Amino acid sequence: MTIKIVAFGIAKEIIGMSEMELEMATASSTIGELRKNLEHDFPAFTSLASLKFAVKESYQSEAFELNNGDEVVILPPVSGG
Amino acid sequence: MVHVDIVSESIQVEKVQSLVEGHKNGGIVHFVGTVRNQTNGEPVKYLDFECYEPMAIKEMRKIGEAAINKFQVTAIALIHRVGKAELGETVVAIAASSPHRKNAFLACEFAIDTLKETVPIWKKEVFENGYHWVSAHP
Repeated sequence: MTIKIVAFGIAKEIIGMSEMELEMATASSTIGELRKNLEHDFPAFTSLASLKFAVKESYQSEAFELNNGDEVVILPPVSGG
Repeated sequence: MVHVDIVSESIQVEKVQSLVEGHKNGGIVHFVGTVRNQTNGEPVKYLDFECYEPMAIKEMRKIGEAAINKFQVTAIALIHRVGKAELGETVVAIAASSPHRKNAFLACEFAIDTLKETVPIWKKEVFENGYHWVSAHP
């Protein structure tokens, strides 16, 4: 299964690009599993104050089921205002 | 009535006020966030904001709707700047109008506090020797 990752702020710097495709080993997967993959490939994510994920422009929980081709946006700690 | 916008040019507070005006109101309260010249004693050169715009617009709209439900304000406007902002410039402006002032104060405070927690906007503080992403690390 292929997931499209979009990153902003410090997350973009950690993965070294603003967008990438991530191949997941299994046919189905959750946001929680995606987080583990990302933290394994890019350990700097574990040093952030928080790491959240959005699909379809909304925050999603760790249990959210991903489908092939989904676009997941990585949201490091926000700091507007 | 909720008005939200993400802009890349400087914010005019009078224009934000005009979005919430109306004869029902006895008061309009503004919160205006500006670029501070230092953080922990280190001089700041400028700020640079990144934004996931479609989601930021949705989250700002949610905040506006929640503020109207919680505090019965007549109207609220939330405008945020993105891109590079110089010292003293306005980077966020919130205006709430209400028949009585108290609820407009409460709505403004709720809106800026929630915006800082939920809206996908990221602030980079740029110093003489480097930069950092605000709030990224504990």
